[in-house]
Amino acid sequence: MRQIFDIHGGIHPPERKELAEPGRVHEMPLPSKLVLPITQHIGAPARSIVDVGDVVKGGQMIAEAQGPVSVPVHAPSSGTVTAIESRAVPHASGLTDTCIEITLDGEDTWIDLKGLDNWRETPKAELLECVRQAGIAGLGGAGFPTAIKLASDRDQGIHTLIINGTECEPYISADDTVMQCYAQEIVEGAEILAHMVGAENVILAVEDNKPDAAKAMAKAAEALDIADVVTFPTKYPSGGEKQLIEILFDMQVPSGGIPADIGILCQNPSTAIAVRDALIDGKPLTDRITTVTGMSLQTPGNRRVMLGTPIGELLRDAAFDDKAADRVIHGGPMMGFAVTDLDMPVVKITNCILAPTRTEIPPPQPQQACIRCGMCAEACPASLLPQQLYWYARAKDNEQLERHNLLDCIECGACAYVCPSHIPLVQYYRSAKGAIREAAKEKIRSDNSRARFEARQERLEREAAAKEAKRAARKAAAEARAKSGDDPVQAAIERAKAKKDAQAQTATEEKAQ
Amino acid sequence: MIETILANPILLALAALVGMAIVFGALLGFAAVRFEVEGNPLSDQINSILPQTQCGQCGYPGCRPYAEAIAEGDSINKCPPGGEDTIQALANLLDVEPEPLDAEHGVEAEPTVAYIREDECIGCTKCIQACPVDAILGAAKQMHTVIIDECTGCDLCVEPCPVDCIDMIPRKGGIQHWYWPLPEDSSRENLIATDRGSDETTQSETEQAAA
Repeated sequence: MRQIFDIHGGIHPPERKELAEPGRVHEMPLPSKLVLPITQHIGAPARSIVDVGDVVKGGQMIAEAQGPVSVPVHAPSSGTVTAIESRAVPHASGLTDTCIEITLDGEDTWIDLKGLDNWRETPKAELLECVRQAGIAGLGGAGFPTAIKLASDRDQGIHTLIINGTECEPYISADDTVMQCYAQEIVEGAEILAHMVGAENVILAVEDNKPDAAKAMAKAAEALDIADVVTFPTKYPSGGEKQLIEILFDMQVPSGGIPADIGILCQNPSTAIAVRDALIDGKPLTDRITTVTGMSLQTPGNRRVMLGTPIGELLRDAAFDDKAADRVIHGGPMMGFAVTDLDMPVVKITNCILAPTRTEIPPPQPQQACIRCGMCAEACPASLLPQQLYWYARAKDNEQLERHNLLDCIECGACAYVCPSHIPLVQYYRSAKGAIREAAKEKIRSDNSRARFEARQERLEREAAAKEAKRAARKAAAEARAKSGDDPVQAAIERAKAKKDAQAQTATEEKAQ
Repeated sequence: MIETILANPILLALAALVGMAIVFGALLGFAAVRFEVEGNPLSDQINSILPQTQCGQCGYPGCRPYAEAIAEGDSINKCPPGGEDTIQALANLLDVEPEPLDAEHGVEAEPTVAYIREDECIGCTKCIQACPVDAILGAAKQMHTVIIDECTGCDLCVEPCPVDCIDMIPRKGGIQHWYWPLPEDSSRENLIATDRGSDETTQSETEQAAA
């Protein structure tokens, strides 16, 4: 039995996971239209490679990765591209972004899929390229390109792979369901991932509120010697990868670092399956399991959803009562954001659609003054000083925010949850983080502009100096000629004469021959 | 002479002080020449705060000349692209009071980039010569285009264009640049109950009653 450690802080909000009956996957009817945003991940947008009117098949790539930190998008079913335009996408801003709309023909025909014959013998670079081309981004909710995560080669290498099935956020049971229904595939995926990064251990981490998932995983893990199922007490946010590593190893990821810095790699169970499907079956990522839940739904549950399915359609499938619902949330109650438009599609990061009633999740209460009680600091799982950060965020003091390690905040919302004054602390931190990131980008930009401006100034000076030197040389030459008494006109006449003589001479020579 | 000085302690003290002043003065003078710092570090620091758009709205031909002018005492509120943030940073650096942006030089606006409508470009190269950061690509009688990542949005290429084919478009729109706004804080007004307006009181009371 492995020793388990505790993290600082954390909270125990009502879980309400049983609402969606974890352990059963509902299949969705084929939707009539799919809307696929070209950005469903963290990083550079993909670039559309289809045109309006093109006929596409399931599994066909419709947008290619642009730059190293980017992932492609594939068509989840067959149909015709009917629009490429800006549409509402699931994003906290509620802004629009470029989307590819496919009107499905209902046939669901696919391109021929071809997996690798033997992934164990395939070089790592090729495996990585396969993962990249399959459009896999972390399915846990952040959407970081998986190939980048797998490619990071730190000096010490990766010794442990953690399949993070913690799923600590209330309501969500997508990972729970995946672990119960597809344990076999997860372990196969974990084996591939461990092979790719050279990990000697695999930990399948499950919170103790998911006994069925833990049982299923333990059974499947018998097939893999290096794999081990570890359960630990339920607490929010144990599922943050840095928190999970602390629970399992009593080690902290260095500030500003990533788990690979201490030789650990975390992956979501669904991501492991996506990698397995990409390498063994050659199937790109085109669907996912999403929890559809909330008291305003008659038939909540975990559904297999094609990426691009409008959220409204998903809710309709779960018998949505829009009079009872207060709002619709993309993601969980702690870290999710409100959906402003039910035409927004399901994307790679959509692990949950939550439609609560007003009494279930009441609207946020008005913010009151901070009374400096310190409960936020007790709840913070990253051992930060939320209250201090709050004051600095209000004052927009970026320097102090960075000094107080704002960038280590995982935005879990535990501080705001316990705040007796209902201060939306996380939103302050999110805003301040965004401002710091933008300021850093601007700094790079302005440094670049300065260098270019100075290079141009230098070039102009050099050109002016060269011009001046040429002019001086011409002047000197003219003066020298004037001094030596040479008349340029006379010289030209003499040159012409000499040429004529030479021609006359060759002519006589030719005649003589 | 020596005896007079020795006999008079005040003169002796005076001579000692003058002597010391000469020695230390010479030492300081030597140090100033020997350890002289090249360039003006203050103007470098100021220059690193300025936004480097090189737009010339301050009245100087670029950011460095303005930085040098500030180091010599010019006012710090002449940079519209930098806006309030730059003024604040300069005030902190120079330890002076921040002033509001001088409207004579322009108003703070969203950052933009130049965009050349390529169908209309006649390839005159006038904008290329005007660009302070060499961000426009093209040649005589060839269509020009702007390298968006290098463009500072200074506006200087718009005027010289003989066919008006350059637009300034906002740089920061879109989802890639968005970040959460700071929450609106109502706690200040609510801190003292009697400060509340009558409307607000009734509203919050109705809300409580509803809950």
